[in-house]
Amino acid sequence: MPANNQSRSRIIQVIFIAVFLVIILQLLNLQLFSSKYRLQAENNARYRKVIYPDRGIIYDRNKKPILENTIMFDLMVTPSEIRHTDTMALCRILGIDSLEFRKRIIEAIFKNTRVRPSVFEPLLSPQLYARLNENIYKFPGFELHERPVRVYPYHCGANILGYVGEIDSNFLKRNQGRGYEMGDYAGLAGLERTYEKVLMGQRGINYFIRDNKSRIQGAYEGGAYDTVPFAGRALYTSLDVELQQLAERLLGNKIGSVVAINPKTGGILAMATSPSYDPNMMSGSEKRKNYGRLALDTARPFLNRAIKGQYPPGSTFKPMGGLVALDEGLITPSYGYGCPGAYTACGITIRCEHKGGGHASNLRHALANSCNSYFSEIFRKAIDNPRYKNPRLGYLKWKEYMNSFGLGVKLGIDLPSEDAGNIPDTSKYNRDFGGPRWNSCNIVTLGIGQDRMLATPLQMANLMCVIGNKGWYYTPHVVDSVERETIEDTVYLGRYRKKHAVVHMSDTAFNAIHLAMLDVTLVGTAVAAKIPGIDICAKTGTAQNPHGKNHSLFVAFAPMNDPKIAIAVVVENAGYGAVWAAPIASFLMEKYLKGSIDSARLSEVDRIAKADLIPDAIKNWYSRKEAQKHVRQMEPTQIEFKNTDEHPKLIFDPEAEPNRKPQRADTELNRQFMVPVDSRKKPKQQR
Amino acid sequence: MYNDRSNNNVSFSKGIDWLIPFLYAILLAIGVLCIFMVEYKTDVNWASSLFSGKTNYSKQLIFAGICIVIAIIILLTDSKFFTAFANLFYVFGIALMLATFVIGKNINGSRSWIPLAGGFNLQPAELCKIFAALAIAKYVSRQDLDFTKLSAQIIATVLAMTPAVLSILQNETGLALVYLSFFIVMFREGLPGWLLIVGFSAGALVIATLIMEPNTLAILLTLLAGIAIYILRYQVKRNKSVLTFIIIIWVVCVGIQRFAVPYVFNNVFQCYQAQRIYSMVGKDYDCSHNRSSRDRVDKEKAVKKPDDYNVRQSKIAIGSGGITGRGFLKGTQTRGKYVPEQHTDFIFTSLGEAFGFTGCFIFLMLYLLLLMRIIIIAERQRSTFSRVYGYSVASILFFHIAVNICMTIGLFPIIGIPLPLISYGGSSLLTFTILLFILVRLDADRQMVLR
Repeated sequence: MPANNQSRSRIIQVIFIAVFLVIILQLLNLQLFSSKYRLQAENNARYRKVIYPDRGIIYDRNKKPILENTIMFDLMVTPSEIRHTDTMALCRILGIDSLEFRKRIIEAIFKNTRVRPSVFEPLLSPQLYARLNENIYKFPGFELHERPVRVYPYHCGANILGYVGEIDSNFLKRNQGRGYEMGDYAGLAGLERTYEKVLMGQRGINYFIRDNKSRIQGAYEGGAYDTVPFAGRALYTSLDVELQQLAERLLGNKIGSVVAINPKTGGILAMATSPSYDPNMMSGSEKRKNYGRLALDTARPFLNRAIKGQYPPGSTFKPMGGLVALDEGLITPSYGYGCPGAYTACGITIRCEHKGGGHASNLRHALANSCNSYFSEIFRKAIDNPRYKNPRLGYLKWKEYMNSFGLGVKLGIDLPSEDAGNIPDTSKYNRDFGGPRWNSCNIVTLGIGQDRMLATPLQMANLMCVIGNKGWYYTPHVVDSVERETIEDTVYLGRYRKKHAVVHMSDTAFNAIHLAMLDVTLVGTAVAAKIPGIDICAKTGTAQNPHGKNHSLFVAFAPMNDPKIAIAVVVENAGYGAVWAAPIASFLMEKYLKGSIDSARLSEVDRIAKADLIPDAIKNWYSRKEAQKHVRQMEPTQIEFKNTDEHPKLIFDPEAEPNRKPQRADTELNRQFMVPVDSRKKPKQQR
Repeated sequence: MYNDRSNNNVSFSKGIDWLIPFLYAILLAIGVLCIFMVEYKTDVNWASSLFSGKTNYSKQLIFAGICIVIAIIILLTDSKFFTAFANLFYVFGIALMLATFVIGKNINGSRSWIPLAGGFNLQPAELCKIFAALAIAKYVSRQDLDFTKLSAQIIATVLAMTPAVLSILQNETGLALVYLSFFIVMFREGLPGWLLIVGFSAGALVIATLIMEPNTLAILLTLLAGIAIYILRYQVKRNKSVLTFIIIIWVVCVGIQRFAVPYVFNNVFQCYQAQRIYSMVGKDYDCSHNRSSRDRVDKEKAVKKPDDYNVRQSKIAIGSGGITGRGFLKGTQTRGKYVPEQHTDFIFTSLGEAFGFTGCFIFLMLYLLLLMRIIIIAERQRSTFSRVYGYSVASILFFHIAVNICMTIGLFPIIGIPLPLISYGGSSLLTFTILLFILVRLDADRQMVLR
């Protein structure tokens, strides 16, 4: 009967309400008290696309672009859209087989799923692009996608300009919060690296909504959170691209370096190192392959010898010795030393190229004749200066001078990984001589740029700025100014706009040094470097070194009365400074000061550029590489594997690898193979 | 009430409870709007696609039009028609369901559809809900029937469960479960109250089995039995049968927990069903225990990893709505099609994402208002037939709403039942329209005694 169960109606209503209450509680929990769902929804559906701006362009001093951008093309594939694609034709164009094709497709699906495009073949060569572009309609699912790439139109300055490359996890860690992502490119060397912040510009970020298969559905929130990219800013350098090209050409087939600086600003005019490489090799399609080859090259083309090559400056150091002695008031320009052809005051004999005849009767003559005795003597005067109580303190003062000249310290050029060279500390000598018992005689060869003194070509060129400017220099730098300079840039570039005054001497004292160095090119060791109509002040150097033949060194500035270029040239293991280094510097100065090289001298330029001065050890390495390549190219059946008692892995060339020591005592066997087989034959072939 | 006001209207509108058609219209509109949100694409002109009849929301509009016509037809029908033909309808429904075994069409793995002309399909199990409700109302309202008797209760249960069993045979478990809602009706009509307690206890025990370590639960049950014996120690002294009774309950409970539940999960359920139930309580189910999946492993060698993708995405979509929601057509999860089956079973997610907690709350209140109104209507009927039918409608609606929404917010395992009047689908919309408007018709004639 109806009435008997009236109360049950209430129970049912309570159950209904209770269940709705549970639902509302769970909704409260999901929608109000758990923030993770909002986050997960964003992760699900928001696609963040980074818009890369063009990288900044680098100009030389005449506003010629030496590093700019171009468009290259990637071949992209969207696996799900491949239908009736002529795979064989595509494989033929790309030069791959169907196995490789399949592998790449699977890789693409694995990386980016089948509905999103992935790179199939990156950075197509122009020929490949042309062929694909006219046939692309035959390959549904494939498309050409443009990508900006760095180009170096003058094919020079690899070691200054640097290159960009994919960043690694360390880079990401160091640059957190700067918007980099895995797979991004950043400057890894040279100016590209130093000025990464300026060149990269500001990335734009666009947010999109994507669906469950990661297809873009439209802008997120109507693009309210999108940011616009700003192009990278340009760098205006002090480089002279023609001078740079000439310098690289002159250093061809040699190992060495050239640094040319504008003494008035400290701006680098040219900085060449050899061996080097065409910087375009490090961008574009062959990049990875080239990198492997260059990185393994025993001549180390990646090494920027202008800032990382450390050489004993030898005689080129002598003007500095004179400067110190003059500044300290130990000598006057008229001070003379009766050199008998050798310096024997310290019990050892330091030979001099000249003998008697008053070749060291004053500073000018001594410098022009590069008298070892004279500069040994004034070095000792500086160390044993009575103003300082003992040779250690005297040495410390001398070292202070050196450091203020920029020797033994990093100059602070705007290129990464500069080396400091070496002016030893007193502690070094204390260790060498068993305590502070040494005196000026023990270290006397420092006075002629030997002993433990090491300097980079950049430092040597900078010394020429100091002398040319009569006592001051600007820190050498490549970049003069930055497009739309910000405060941060101004702070950074400020260090290159500050004058460093290092010695304070009368003009007469400087004139003595200038005239002496002028004599070098007029009547002295570097007559070959003379350019008609220009007063070149120079100093040759022939540095003894433990790696073989002497290094050929040459430093100079010109013109004497109004220096516009200061230059340092080092050619490794080439012999006398006057023979190779001096003419190279001479051509460069002529080119820079006169705009072109006298046509009569052009054949000489050719001769120098073609001269092959690469040490045999490195040539051996190349020929061995070449041989290996041939072996690899041969049909496998043609290679005979013989069971010999030779151990190719144990063979090493002590000349090419001076720092490596023969391993253990099993070297009885080693020793007979220390000189590689082909290097024994090579010299005969050459003759 | 409303009937006084509408005196001057044509006869069919006399005595009609206008609140229900009003709520019906609102819910129908919300449903079409939700489907529109799911289907919406920025680059497609929605106005032209609305009239093309190709998209789901335009199809749903067509269904709604048909349903309104049918609703009017029902309102024009004499109430006696429903009582007179109740049993015949039931037989017809069962016959239709049996027919699916012969001419049925397989959609999404369940062979429960009868193809009609014009590409539409009919699911008899949906319609059978109406027929079962009518048949039970007809049976319970028999003048000589005493529903407190066990035999009457059993016959009513059989009436309710026959379509359910057929539905399970059609591999449409979700719809079968809906027939459980008739127990609410029977409870109202005098099914003993302890059944409710036993039912709840059994549910609690099953869930506890899933969540808890078997041994811990066994110890807990033993402890409970011990405490019961301690409390009832005087009765136990006087009457030993109390002790026996407690021990029997304990044995049954431990038996369920120890053997019955694992057996059912491993041998009766399909792997995915077991997974869904486990994922509801936040656990993983290892399919290698499952017999059916083991059989399949032998055949296909591969079993899919446990996957709660649907629930996860559904919860993300609803959860991301926050208090006020993302706004109309701005839900990223909806536009990205992250939630599978969003236009049918998971339609609630689009609402939750777009309008947030506020929107959901208002929406739930509309439903609750509808349910309460139906109960009030049922209680005011003079005839048992109308009352039982009214409770049937309320129970079926409630079951659909509760299970569907609980499933989208992760409180219930996923079974495919639609959200009444909201989900896309003609069969379901038609069923609920008929259910509701028969009630409205019966209520209009509540002064009559129908048998």
